[in-house]
Amino acid sequence: MRKRFRKFRFSFSRFAIGICVVTELFLLASCSRSSASSNNPNSNPGFTFVAQPYGGKLEPDDGQWIRPAKDLASTRYSTLDQINHENVKQLKLAWTFSTGTVRGLEAAPLVVNNTLYLVTPWPNILYALDLTKPGAPLKWAYDPKPVAASKGVACCDWVNRGAVYGFGKIYYNTLDNYTVAVDANTGKEAWKTKLGDINHGESMTMAPLLVKDKVIVGNSGGEFGVRGWVTALDAKSGKIVWRGYSTGPDKDVLIGPNFKPFYPQDRGTDLGVTSWPPDAWKIGGGGMWGWISYDPETNLIFHGTANPGPWNADARPGDNKWTCGIFARDADTGEARWFYQWSPHDLHDYDGINENILLDLPINGQTRKVLVRPERNGYVYILDRTTGEVLSAKPFAYITSSTGVDLKTGLLQYNPEKAPRFGSVVRQICPAPPGAKDWQPSSFSAKNGLLYIPHNNLCMDEEEVQANYIAGTPYVGMNVKMYPGPGGNGGQLTAWDLQQGKAVWTIKDKFPVWSGTLATAGDIVFFGTMEGWFEAVDANTGQVLWQFKTGSGIIGQPITFRGPDGKQYVAIASGVGGWPGAIVSAGLDPRDPSGALGFTGAMTELPKVTRSGGMLYVFALP
Amino acid sequence: MCSRFLSLLPFVFLFALQCTAQPPLKVCADPDNLPYSNQAQQGFENRIAELLATNLHRKLIYRWSRMERGFIREIFNQGECDVLIEVPTTLPRVLTTRPYYSSSYVFVTREKRKLDLTSFDDPGLKSLKIGIQALEDSPPGHALARRGLANNIVAFESAGSEADEIIKAVANRQIDVAVVWGPLAGYFAKRQSHQLKLTPVPPFDSPGIPFRYEMSMGVRKGDTALHEQLTTFLIQHKAAIDRVLRNYGVPVVDRRDRGQSSQGGD
Repeated sequence: MRKRFRKFRFSFSRFAIGICVVTELFLLASCSRSSASSNNPNSNPGFTFVAQPYGGKLEPDDGQWIRPAKDLASTRYSTLDQINHENVKQLKLAWTFSTGTVRGLEAAPLVVNNTLYLVTPWPNILYALDLTKPGAPLKWAYDPKPVAASKGVACCDWVNRGAVYGFGKIYYNTLDNYTVAVDANTGKEAWKTKLGDINHGESMTMAPLLVKDKVIVGNSGGEFGVRGWVTALDAKSGKIVWRGYSTGPDKDVLIGPNFKPFYPQDRGTDLGVTSWPPDAWKIGGGGMWGWISYDPETNLIFHGTANPGPWNADARPGDNKWTCGIFARDADTGEARWFYQWSPHDLHDYDGINENILLDLPINGQTRKVLVRPERNGYVYILDRTTGEVLSAKPFAYITSSTGVDLKTGLLQYNPEKAPRFGSVVRQICPAPPGAKDWQPSSFSAKNGLLYIPHNNLCMDEEEVQANYIAGTPYVGMNVKMYPGPGGNGGQLTAWDLQQGKAVWTIKDKFPVWSGTLATAGDIVFFGTMEGWFEAVDANTGQVLWQFKTGSGIIGQPITFRGPDGKQYVAIASGVGGWPGAIVSAGLDPRDPSGALGFTGAMTELPKVTRSGGMLYVFALP
Repeated sequence: MCSRFLSLLPFVFLFALQCTAQPPLKVCADPDNLPYSNQAQQGFENRIAELLATNLHRKLIYRWSRMERGFIREIFNQGECDVLIEVPTTLPRVLTTRPYYSSSYVFVTREKRKLDLTSFDDPGLKSLKIGIQALEDSPPGHALARRGLANNIVAFESAGSEADEIIKAVANRQIDVAVVWGPLAGYFAKRQSHQLKLTPVPPFDSPGIPFRYEMSMGVRKGDTALHEQLTTFLIQHKAAIDRVLRNYGVPVVDRRDRGQSSQGGD
């Protein structure tokens, strides 16, 4: 409550602007790559944004990286500042490690006790690298041997988004629905628990979160009629402690007397049944393949829910609760405390599973405990995380599918003209199904209070029908075609001022920015492009300060850590794939724009500029 | 001894030659998806694959895989099998042969119930529980939803071992009518104790949803040699194939006759 933001105004004088321009010219001159991804710090002319150091509490930073989101609040912010905006240009490759895989590498490496851990896409091998020895040699590798059939139920490449450390163990999920605990020192399996069934279309791709003595995980597979759930396992034994479903009767969803959603549309009995046609909730989707945050003060976890199934929205009238929303749950019991629905009765595959950044922000003169969510539907939401009230929802991308969020009712205002209609052509639906932003996580700098959102700029047309078949049954489906939105860039990195609710600067890229971002106290933001560039940009201006071309496109999550030698390192896994990169990693036919659920159409240039192949890159100052 | 062995050599050689000249026929099939195929080889696709392999003088090898999203990309186009026994003729992602049968989605009702459903516009549907299978893009789901009948829909699993539940549900009176793809209806209707009636739904529904499909065999794009062999097989062995389809109760619709109905449950 007391914590207040010290005002810290970056007031750029003409002199400073002059320096910026000179620096920029120099950087542009020294930059040999295409202008498609050149920096564009001009979205706020005059450079008079207020950069406010964050006044809220941060977890102590020990220089390790024990979970993908860095801290339980999911800031992905490091206080390490040995590498800073002045010396980052000297950053050099320290060592590399080949994963031996060719599918998309989305995982964040972990660094614990001078060991670096990395999970690969299927076959989900866990590598441990010894940081105390030159070149970080392989300490051990653990192979969970996931069944090959699980590849068939992975909707969007065979990815894995990372592991989590605790109690001397590394916990992660395998594509064939096991959560495993592996001894961090020896690589020996401590336990392995089966959570789902590939024969029902389930798979697991998300990174677990360890909360106290529980490992919290969720399933993927909304595309296959899976019923979504979030499950807590006992970290010691691997036994399932609780499971909350995203659809169905209250008892299955873990809704009880303490469930107090902020908005009336979320109150009532068994809405997970009544907001669906009869029995449709049983196959209603709402997977939980994204991010979880934890607030120790309230003992609440926060997690999103994915899109409802089937995609054909006409066949499931109703709000389709509790899909495309967010739950606050008691971490010990899983009991739901509140829920908010980003996209009731989802029309566009706007899964609601993105990252939730827990901050204490001044809102109208009062410090509020908030949850920040850059959402797939295109808005940066700021919610009161104790109640689920929407405090603001500002667009960070080009949106035609809705006109805004009504802050009184909390309701997304759909644009009926952009609702898909079977058999008729609807053009310029923005954002496209991967959303203004998909799973790729943002970071928050406590140094200047900006949020760094890696995201997409994609629109789609729903066009002619095309024959298809599944399980022996023929049918005709709508042909979805995606393409870059206004400006022609498929993606961008946006530095977002949460106070003012607007972009401070943006960096456009030809392709969706499908990597995570990392913000550091050295006033730098790291991110990667699908072409393979790993970049360090000035956190305040967006100027590209340093870049390195890795061997493949980057869709991973950068991290930083202090090595045993006391030096700061930055690590990124390179290896194109994922939903947008499947055109390369799965070798899709670029002539078929309907491939990868219509994503291929927006990615036809990708195979010309990158190839598949997983490799970890670690950088340090000389 | 030695000369006797030597005299056998040409035969051994010829035998080996024949083996290399006729590599096995690799067919992709779903391991658990009756009436189409299963690992015990009880489906009609299994029967047709056997006919095909016999006629091509090739050994039949199955590559078992669920045929869901990514299957063509991950399995078929990777060369793990060469033939798909049954795909819609208009499937754009593979090279399809001439159609060898046509079927339709059908209304499945209990004979005794005397529901004369022939159209999605039948006013009687408003008071009925209507079962459909959950697919990514279910044609009956569209047709019903468009008429405000989504709340009448009861969704069923379409996967493997539970595929017959929708037909059982009609027989058990859990639902009044099922709208499903003909071959599935025909096969499972025969296995219920109650007499079930199968009536094709209209061939098209506005806006442009077809309910009749011609089915073909499929090979990889560019595999014209195999395509030709399949075409020859389909012409020469039409009668045998038709017999298989009949045995499995597949309601075949004539491409010219849009109103044919067929019966199940004997």
